[in-house]
Amino acid sequence: MADAFIYDAVRTPRGRGKPDGALHQVSTLGLATTALGAIRDRNRLDTKLVDDVVLGCVDPVGEAGGDIARAAALASGYGQTVPGIQINRFCASGLDAVNFASAQVMSGQQDMAIGGGVESMSRVGIGASGGAWPVDPAIAIPAYFMPQGVSADLIATKYGFSRDEVDAYAVESQKRAAAAWADGRFAKSVVPVRDPNGIVLLDRDEHMRPSTDMQSLASLKPSFTMMGEQGGFDAVAIQAHPDVERVIHVHHAGNSSGIVDGASAVLIGNKGAGEKAGLKPRARVRAFANIGSEPAMMLTGPVDVTKKVLARAGMSISDIDVFEVNEAFAAVVLRFMQAFDVDPAKVTPR
Amino acid sequence: MNLKNFRFDVDAEGVALATWDMPDRSMNVITVGVMDDLDAIVDRVAGDAAIKGCVVTSGKDSFSGGADLTMLEGLGRELGKMSKTEGPEKAMKAFFDGSRRLSQIYRKLEKSGKPWAAAINGTCLGGAFELALACHYRVLADHDKARVGLPEIKIGLFPGAGGTQRVARLMPTGDALQMLFKGDQLRPRAAKSANLVHEIAPAGEVVAKAKAWIMGGGKGVAPWDMEGFKTPSGKVFSGAGMMIWPAANAIYRRETSDNYPAAKAILHAVYEGLQLPMDLALEVESRWFAKILRSKEAAAMIRSLFVSMGELNKGARRPANVPPSTLKKVGVLGAGFMGAGIAYVSALAGLEVVLIDRDQESADRGKAYSEKLMTGQIAKGRAKTADREALLARITATPDYAALAGCDLVVEAVFEDRAVKAEATKKAEAVIGKDAIFASNTSTLPISSLAEASRDATNFIGIHFFSPVEKMMLVEIIMGAKTGDRALAVALDFVRAIKKTPIVVNDTRGFYANRCVGNYIKEGHLMFMEGVPAAMIENAAKMAGMPVGPLSLTDEVAVDLAWKVLQATKKDLGPASVDPAQETLLDELVNKQGRLGRKNGKGFYDYPEKGQKSLWQGLAALQPKKLDPDALDVKELKDRLLFVQALEAARTMEEGVVTDPREADVGSILGFGFAPYSGGTLSFIDFMGAKAFVARADELEKTHGARFAAPKLLREMAEKGETFYGRFGAGAKKAA
Repeated sequence: MADAFIYDAVRTPRGRGKPDGALHQVSTLGLATTALGAIRDRNRLDTKLVDDVVLGCVDPVGEAGGDIARAAALASGYGQTVPGIQINRFCASGLDAVNFASAQVMSGQQDMAIGGGVESMSRVGIGASGGAWPVDPAIAIPAYFMPQGVSADLIATKYGFSRDEVDAYAVESQKRAAAAWADGRFAKSVVPVRDPNGIVLLDRDEHMRPSTDMQSLASLKPSFTMMGEQGGFDAVAIQAHPDVERVIHVHHAGNSSGIVDGASAVLIGNKGAGEKAGLKPRARVRAFANIGSEPAMMLTGPVDVTKKVLARAGMSISDIDVFEVNEAFAAVVLRFMQAFDVDPAKVTPR
Repeated sequence: MNLKNFRFDVDAEGVALATWDMPDRSMNVITVGVMDDLDAIVDRVAGDAAIKGCVVTSGKDSFSGGADLTMLEGLGRELGKMSKTEGPEKAMKAFFDGSRRLSQIYRKLEKSGKPWAAAINGTCLGGAFELALACHYRVLADHDKARVGLPEIKIGLFPGAGGTQRVARLMPTGDALQMLFKGDQLRPRAAKSANLVHEIAPAGEVVAKAKAWIMGGGKGVAPWDMEGFKTPSGKVFSGAGMMIWPAANAIYRRETSDNYPAAKAILHAVYEGLQLPMDLALEVESRWFAKILRSKEAAAMIRSLFVSMGELNKGARRPANVPPSTLKKVGVLGAGFMGAGIAYVSALAGLEVVLIDRDQESADRGKAYSEKLMTGQIAKGRAKTADREALLARITATPDYAALAGCDLVVEAVFEDRAVKAEATKKAEAVIGKDAIFASNTSTLPISSLAEASRDATNFIGIHFFSPVEKMMLVEIIMGAKTGDRALAVALDFVRAIKKTPIVVNDTRGFYANRCVGNYIKEGHLMFMEGVPAAMIENAAKMAGMPVGPLSLTDEVAVDLAWKVLQATKKDLGPASVDPAQETLLDELVNKQGRLGRKNGKGFYDYPEKGQKSLWQGLAALQPKKLDPDALDVKELKDRLLFVQALEAARTMEEGVVTDPREADVGSILGFGFAPYSGGTLSFIDFMGAKAFVARADELEKTHGARFAAPKLLREMAEKGETFYGRFGAGAKKAA
């Protein structure tokens, strides 16, 4: 099996995913071309070497629809022989695009591929592509559909994370992000988004709130109480996990992930392709895995899939130095750390 | 046209009037004959150029109650028969066609090209209201008792003749789903504001108004058949749709625990139907209807909640040889919570009531309960001040037994103590006439032994009410060894007068209902002691279809009462008759922790003065061990909670305590809320099949002990492939 090496990785800064966000005036295509363009320019890449561009996009409709990956490759001036494909696995779409690109290289069917993702949540909007899952009784009922916020509250309730604990995690996360920026640790991976004149529209993450403290978070009301109580989802949570007496709602805007606009791209290739392009590998993809987790709670997936991928790779939890866990909601990361009893310093350090 | 159920006239102006008036019936119902007639009428109106349009009305006081449920049962029988002769696929197709015939006639009416107007002169429900919905115009009589609605869901069905589709095109989706889910019956004004009828008019004018609409140029095209029609909530896949559907699915689960396929079918039919043009939408609705019509839940609910309950209410168990009694005056001994409730329901039924307690103050307190209840009714707009005064005037509260003179029936509801009861019996019998019936409301003491205090055990009977009396619809009548037919007849006449449903059982410890309930509660206690989290016990019970979890129920009846009953059982039947784990738990709660239940604000739950009750935080410390909830099988917890009750019901049949499966079923649903979708304790077994039930009971016995042992009767039934209704039902008795 061929090795899949990572030769470069870039992302745009994250713009607030609202009409007042700095990237609201940039189209989905524009975001994607910023990332693909950076890959091309930083590496002086002969784009004809790229065998595929895989982009994750959860709501591929309107300006993000109709295979945004091929459109972005063409608009980025990649060779017309470079194909593109858009995939969707919800929150894991971008990560999975990288895995797909790696898989193509590892299987030996391609030499070099790009995996990445793009989403303009301010322009396309969450849920814009519809979908049967939440609405069609044929799947919503048997699969215990719940909005993720209620799922996160269920995790906090079931695994005993108090409001103070989730808030403390949020404060720490903001601190770490601020420190990483202050330290210049994104200098080589975040590329600014510019207007047609080269004027910078955004060059750092816009949704951060470094001044967040326990006091400011304490004033926020839980976001999912009404949905849970009046929308019936607390009952769904309890029927999926009957050991829970009632769902305690602890998540709010301050300890949940921000809604943002942005794009990313990772250049992946085998050894030969890297040599041909004159590039030095920066990392190697050792293993990846996907898993369907219990659909009501859903966000415990990181725990389940970590077990799976470690088993696959023949590794143990202590072999890993750094974990990046999607900070969808504070309880998701807290549950991950609880389940594996790992040092918090190792988890999502930036 | 040779019409049997309708009169059909065409007036000078060319407006036809179809008057639904079935011979030999006090109320119109939809039968095969009615469908034949309607079919012919629609063809006639559509094909006769001289007819401008048609008004449909009824010749009865009400419009119609809907479909004849026995007709629907007949369809199912046909399916079974044809399946054997013609093969399942062909039989299913024939069943599907048969089950959608009504829907197709209505659609033909709607698309006939002529304007149709429904003149709804009175209550119009179910399939009949679906007929009105298919008409292009609806005028509803504006009188107090008129109701319209689609109550099919209450017996495990759903509106399958276009109801789900037309309601969902007349009302916003959320409101439509709610109406269909609840089976609400709407008063005229509510129906008008919900957009379900176009006009309300005095009852005598509905036909004229309907005709006037046709003469005024009313169009024979439904809104949804017009170009550019938009549903009130827009498309399913839209911002508005996203606000409705995820929550609708969740609320379905919250309200049903996914135990009621008819309610889910409503969601399917509306979700799928709203994305289709009307003809296809109706076809999809029909497909779900056929599926639900075949469901065991529909069969079970129709049988128990409609057929059997109706029969019991009409006196199915009343001895035919006793002439009807005319109850006028009733005595109630003991003005506590039960006595006060019995006095209230009796006075509400128009009976004169003498309410006795040891002193005037206590008796007055019992009467004050009636005042409180009536005041509540007035606040809700369900009664007038004059009703309250009249009702209170019918209740004489006194400590003087002499006031009982002239009572036709006396119901004793004094303290559960033999001596106290015996004294009350003697004092009352000293005053009341020889023919008067004496009834005890005891819930624990055998009737035959209490009857020993009576001068005439043939006139002594048990009438066991459930708490709270004014809300609980079941009354358990207990026959002592010597109780006579007349006592039974009078007791049944009384129950009928107060509009409750009676079941008649023979004398035994706990009678019928409390035996099942006792087992249910005990199972919850044993699960707790095994280490199942308390919340999981409660949730599993609710998911199994029980209205209240076993721990919550213990709190409601009082934990110390459970303790006392356990001690009494132990004393009477020996130490082997109680489970030591349960005894340990109750002893700890009652005697060491002082947690007596809701009555002292602490039991399994804490009851804060403000806010919701919640499980007591100290509970976990009382568990000898704790099980991992994620490793527990919820299905097994649910099975245990239902099987312990069903097994006990089977035992009462085996012992001859309960003799009629209808009573076991109806009694279990009305008395203690046994999973209504199952049709009751015995239907639960019958629809599962005795064989499968016994097999599962055997498994449970192996894991959890002898309380799950299937009685001999069930094993025999399993072997012979029998059902309770087959073996003990009305048909079986005739054959024997």
